[in-house]
Amino acid sequence: MTSFLREALNRFRSFFHKQPLDHELDAEMAAHIEMAMEENSRRGMSPVEARRAAYVQFGGMEQARELHRDSRGLPWLDVLMQDLRFAFRTMRRDRGFTIIAVLILALGIGANIAVFSVVNTILLRPLPFRDPQQLVRIVEKDPKSGESSKTYTADATQDFQQQNRSFQSISGYFAFTGPDNYKLMGSGQPLPVTGILVAEKFFDTLGVQLAAGRLFRPEEFVKNAGPVTLVSYPFWKRQLGGNPDIVGRAINLNGKPVTVVGVLADTFDFGSIFSPGAKVDLFTPYIMDDFRDDGNDLALIGRLKRGVSLGQAQKEADELLPRLYFMHKHPEYGKGYTGQLTELKEYVSGKLRRSLIVLWCAVGLILLIVCVNLSNLLLARAAARSKEFAMRGALGAQRGRLVRQLLTESMVLSGSGAVLGLGLAYAVTSYLAHQGSIALPLLSSVRVDGTALAWTVLIGVGAAVLFGLAPGLRMSRADLQEALKDSGGHGASEGRKHDRLRSSLVITEVALACVLLVGAGLLLRSFLRVLDVDLGFEPSHAAAISVDYNDGRNAGKRAAIWQEVTRRAALIPGVDAAGITDNLPMSRNRSWGIKAKGGDYDGGKFQGVFVYIVSPGFFKAIGMRLTEGRDINWDDLFNNQNVVIVNETVARKLWPGQDPIGHIALVGGAEARVIGVIADVRETSAEENAGWQMYLPANKQFGPEGAELVVRSKLPPAALAGSVMSMLRHVNPGQPAMEFKPVQTLVDHATSPRRFFVLLVGGFAGLGLLLASLGIYGVISYSVTRQTQEIGIRMALGATQSQVLLGVIWKTLRLAFVGIGVGTAASIGVARLIASLLYGTAPNDPFTFAGMLVLLAIVALLAGYIPAYRASRIHPMIALRTN
Amino acid sequence: MWFCHMRICMAETKLDLLQGTLDVMVLQTLATLGALHGYGIARRIEQVSAHEVLLNQGTIYASLVRLQQRGWIDAEWGTSDNNRKAKFYAITRAGRKQLAQDTAYWQRLASVMQRVLAMQAEGGKP
Repeated sequence: MTSFLREALNRFRSFFHKQPLDHELDAEMAAHIEMAMEENSRRGMSPVEARRAAYVQFGGMEQARELHRDSRGLPWLDVLMQDLRFAFRTMRRDRGFTIIAVLILALGIGANIAVFSVVNTILLRPLPFRDPQQLVRIVEKDPKSGESSKTYTADATQDFQQQNRSFQSISGYFAFTGPDNYKLMGSGQPLPVTGILVAEKFFDTLGVQLAAGRLFRPEEFVKNAGPVTLVSYPFWKRQLGGNPDIVGRAINLNGKPVTVVGVLADTFDFGSIFSPGAKVDLFTPYIMDDFRDDGNDLALIGRLKRGVSLGQAQKEADELLPRLYFMHKHPEYGKGYTGQLTELKEYVSGKLRRSLIVLWCAVGLILLIVCVNLSNLLLARAAARSKEFAMRGALGAQRGRLVRQLLTESMVLSGSGAVLGLGLAYAVTSYLAHQGSIALPLLSSVRVDGTALAWTVLIGVGAAVLFGLAPGLRMSRADLQEALKDSGGHGASEGRKHDRLRSSLVITEVALACVLLVGAGLLLRSFLRVLDVDLGFEPSHAAAISVDYNDGRNAGKRAAIWQEVTRRAALIPGVDAAGITDNLPMSRNRSWGIKAKGGDYDGGKFQGVFVYIVSPGFFKAIGMRLTEGRDINWDDLFNNQNVVIVNETVARKLWPGQDPIGHIALVGGAEARVIGVIADVRETSAEENAGWQMYLPANKQFGPEGAELVVRSKLPPAALAGSVMSMLRHVNPGQPAMEFKPVQTLVDHATSPRRFFVLLVGGFAGLGLLLASLGIYGVISYSVTRQTQEIGIRMALGATQSQVLLGVIWKTLRLAFVGIGVGTAASIGVARLIASLLYGTAPNDPFTFAGMLVLLAIVALLAGYIPAYRASRIHPMIALRTN
Repeated sequence: MWFCHMRICMAETKLDLLQGTLDVMVLQTLATLGALHGYGIARRIEQVSAHEVLLNQGTIYASLVRLQQRGWIDAEWGTSDNNRKAKFYAITRAGRKQLAQDTAYWQRLASVMQRVLAMQAEGGKP
């Protein structure tokens, strides 16, 4: 075996020392010939005869050299280098073609890498935790009203932790944290930061690594423990200067010193997994004893024991959870939870699977169209190069060698496209990763990684073979005589065969573009439907900011502050209305129970209902519509009037066929009189129907969770931000620099995943349309060029310009219509597959189909018109003279 | 070693078995005659085979470079009997080992072929 290795090594070395080795061989052969001549002369031959005989004995000098080179070097590499050199030379000569081909390929491959990176990050790659397949998310089986029904109380969590046998550990986080819930003080203006309360062992359960310091200790979860915090890596870098000495030191949160015990690893992004689009700065311990009296507030995760399947754990949960009490202190509140166990990865990204697969298919279609297009371009070139290849065939090149040469050219094209595409994908993914406004999970960790690079190589080679093989085979098979004849290129039959292949390629392209267009059209129409939905409030011209105040836990004082803030806000020039709520729609939500006093809906049980604690004027400020009754007034706040405004859904369900005004509802542990009914508001997303909602005055009975000042004004929020902030600072100098955000951003955030998919699929459809029109143009234009003479003759015989024009356009339309026909049939099937992604749009929506097909036909017409016009301008004399 | 031999045979279909044969002939020539230049080796093989082998002398150089790369022979520029500069080849120890193996192989093959062909001749008689 050593001799084999030695040979390989020597061959490799020889490859780089061609010249000296050739010189040496030449010297050796020269000596050989001379020795032979000498011996021949000795045998009595004349010098000329001796020389001739020596050469005959030797055989071909050139063959000997070739053989020598093949035996000592790397012949396949030599051929490859030769092919590459030739390919580059050809590409340089055809600069226009090369640029177009590489650009098209770069777009196609780049889009594919970018989408693959997104798919890989969200769907394929495991979560960035230790043994992520063991992690599960635990939620109620039938969550009726937002987060409150997806979470568990401290007591129930603790019971579950202690009694289960399936989990290594169960932990969770406080699910009702709004953004910017802490003030970071100590250096100038207070800075709003977002902190999440996490239960004991939260990070251990996930298996999160640390960049510095340590995780929380058990004693830090005990009531009145010294306050500690773990900070996220970006927060540490940005706000704490990336200083490792910060561990063990205190930062000032809400005016209190809190010790930083550690910095979490860079790879851990809480928001990207649990709350897409949110940025989380730090974590503090969720101390169970502080939350015993509260309702459901922990979102649970668990890590299964090794060897325990999800099904086994589910079975145990089904037995265990129904037995758990809501609150130990109040057994009369009852018991009975449910729990749906879902693998965390599935929980995070399962909903997106279908959308992502559709996206992946769309981008795959684009690559297919790109390949078909390039195949077409190459075929056009093949026609021009057929003589070259016939010549090389005549000179002895084997067919395999010619195909190999052509494939090398395709590979070089596709390789260049892939490199450029990689750059493109890199730019796109880093843009997406630093995009906070798209509510897709894990998006922040999107990048072009090793897997994506492997994918790039795969699709690059695949594309090259796909678009290079057909023209390659065709070209190498070209009829020698036919091609070499100097009769303007090709005989009629060869030309027609060529045309037929190219036409079918164009038809394929049109059909593929048609499928993409219809799919994109359906998604776009759905998106427009979503934007058109009556949200129940008017996000435009409204903006909100969180208000900080210190009411000393006194409801009366709080009401006074709220009144002062809304009064002053309404006085700002340009402000039409102002009001306060604790939760904004499509943002954080929480729910309580409601039932009609004496009512028997669902057996008189409490029903989950979204709860909003508001000030007078809030409805007007956010643009919600009171359909009946009156708004909350300041008297309700100051004098603790327990009143409630319900939405139409609640009114319809609890008091069917009656006027709900004046009825008594049991809410939040009190009796509240219904004073108004409000139009349903889409509280979680634009696409889901409204659930049960109620609005309560912020009084002694109904405590708000924070306060958002909502301002309605025709002025842009940026123009108002300054005066709103200075007003808030006037009321409370400690007001942190919160952002004055248009309410529209909440809606945009909620619709962002759909927007994201529509934009991408729409973009691909546009690209497909462009490529298809390019293909049509190429084929028609080529056939016009080829028929110049024929057209000239027809015009000389009396055909008019418009006849020629219509003839070419008719030919174009015929191609387009066949493509559209095939494409429509395929689209009907595809549309059915994406039906579940559509909103308010039937998969066979006639408007979308008609619109897209007409669009495609018009573009095809335009693509054909240019060569048609050119054809009609052919001057018979010139056309007939060309040959 | 046969495995390796096979592989090279398969890699270069052009010369097929003849190439392996030539390599053995070259090794055997060098083993018996000592250091020799390419022309000398070619002539010697022609003489020994009594011109039954049709040898393009030029092909000997491909064989020589191959054997050299495998480390079975060494090469050195020197002066021939009649004062001509020529490249002289000599067999190495690895080369002798290889030759011994190849010799055994060829002899086995030859005897097997002989037996097989003899059997056919016998079977030919009714």
